[in-house]
Amino acid sequence: MNWKTFLALLGRDAHVARRNVVPLLLQTFLQPMMFVFIFGRVMVSSGYMPPAYKSLLLPGIMAISMVFTGVWAVAMPLIAEFQFTREIEDRLLAPIEISWLAIEKVFFGTLQALLAGLTVIPAAWLLLRPGVDLNLRSPIAFACVTLLVALFSACGGLALGCSVSQTHIGLMFSMVLTPMIFFGCTYYPWSALAHFPVLQRIVLVNPLVYASEGLRATLVPQFPHLSLPVVLVMLTLFDLLFLATGLRQFHRKSVS
Amino acid sequence: MASAGGFGFTGARGKGKKQPKPEIVALDGLSLEVSPGEIFGLLGPNGAGKSTTVGILTTRVRPTGGQAWIGNHDVWAEQVVVKRLIGVVQQRPNLDFTLTAREILLFHGAYFGIDSGERTKRADALLERFKLSDRGDQMVRGFSGGMMQRLSIARAMMHDPQVLFLDEPSAGLDPQTRLLLWEIIREYNQRGKTILLTTHNMEEADALCQRVGIIDHGRKIAVGTPAELKASVPGGYLLRLRFGRHCPELLQRLQTLAGVTEVRPNKAVNSGSHDNDSADVYADRGGSLVSEIANLASGASVELCDVHISEPSLENLFLHHTGRSLRD
Repeated sequence: MNWKTFLALLGRDAHVARRNVVPLLLQTFLQPMMFVFIFGRVMVSSGYMPPAYKSLLLPGIMAISMVFTGVWAVAMPLIAEFQFTREIEDRLLAPIEISWLAIEKVFFGTLQALLAGLTVIPAAWLLLRPGVDLNLRSPIAFACVTLLVALFSACGGLALGCSVSQTHIGLMFSMVLTPMIFFGCTYYPWSALAHFPVLQRIVLVNPLVYASEGLRATLVPQFPHLSLPVVLVMLTLFDLLFLATGLRQFHRKSVS
Repeated sequence: MASAGGFGFTGARGKGKKQPKPEIVALDGLSLEVSPGEIFGLLGPNGAGKSTTVGILTTRVRPTGGQAWIGNHDVWAEQVVVKRLIGVVQQRPNLDFTLTAREILLFHGAYFGIDSGERTKRADALLERFKLSDRGDQMVRGFSGGMMQRLSIARAMMHDPQVLFLDEPSAGLDPQTRLLLWEIIREYNQRGKTILLTTHNMEEADALCQRVGIIDHGRKIAVGTPAELKASVPGGYLLRLRFGRHCPELLQRLQTLAGVTEVRPNKAVNSGSHDNDSADVYADRGGSLVSEIANLASGASVELCDVHISEPSLENLFLHHTGRSLRD
């Protein structure tokens, strides 16, 4: 492992992200904030939603923002660089094992997802107040869940970015990310699916369920949620699965 | 090979293993050895296997069989060590579109652990040498093809590699820039560096390379200095003739002309007409043969439709070995 090269690769990604900071922020926050405003503010003030919905919604929005940011930050550059511009070639020829280049991407995506998730809390809180009831009982559990969610989004980005071709980006959003978000217990707790027992079981294959439920368990434990140990185990398993798939795909893409 | 500057590749066809889908053999038993400090040219038409060879030697293509090494290092087994020794310019521009020209060089230097002061110095010098100083702080997205190619070569030289691979370096360059590039390649070589370039441009291989390997369909056809290779073509001169009709007797008589070393009848090249016949005549003289050929032809009542004379060249060598032009 060559730290100088690893840090230089990170430096390059940070430099590019800094250069694109405004579109990056818009793309990360615009949609979740609009959702928070309509459902948390408009619908609640007009009486269509109960006031408690504000607190229930926040962890879900945080999960969406993190997953969206992590996947976007890793997958989109990889899709373009591997297929269209071949920009990544120069970094593939850097004196470091190819896997470390993929890990650098995951590391940087994780940082971006963490940043997005942690910024959503104050931003949504400002938009929704008063009436948001956060109960952070165990900061360590919250940190673990947040880290695992960020990691799963970046690893998922790696796996998707190395598997999806440029012509299928639209499909990736409509067939993978959108169903993931809607069936990811982001806007409702998992227990709300009790009336749809089959669906309730099917959605358990969706990693976003564990992300939303885990954040719910650590931020707003007053609402029903999946048990924290289950969430931690499942998120860890998904992290490992996506990382292994992503690394394998990355190797396939990078060497002909 | 002992020195880190040289490299080689020995190819072998994979056998025994069941392939799930038909295997396209890009390289077929190709074996090459390049000595430290030489400029070696890999010459061949499109699809000959030049880029695959470069890919295998630069960790970018995994060979299905055979061995590739840079100095004493096995390219596949010791990728990181090898990547430090090589600089690569690929055929298709692959510059980082999100960076400026200077940043591309600086980050490339950083990947190789060059410290900040030295990086800046080298980047400035390379931008200057490649006549890109005034565009250094612009994003490369708006660069012309020639500028991108120059910057790609500058980037490959940034970490001062022992071996430089240039895949079709002068494709798309204007003549002036091509000369600048040749000058830079020679300078780099004079510092003891090894250079492998692929080209289908004879002039470039002839002018620049100390040795040339000619490949076609993944096979090595000939290797040697440009002079040796040209001398190996029987006679040196090539006269491509086209007659008005099929005339095997005439072709036999051409063989008897003084200075003619070989006559090769070709299949009808003029599509749509079966009456025409063409032949390649290798000889040690060019123009002076034409009148004698014309006399023989008129004596046999055959019209001589077309004559093309080529002086001794690598193109003739390629034609001699493959029956095809490099541009086919």
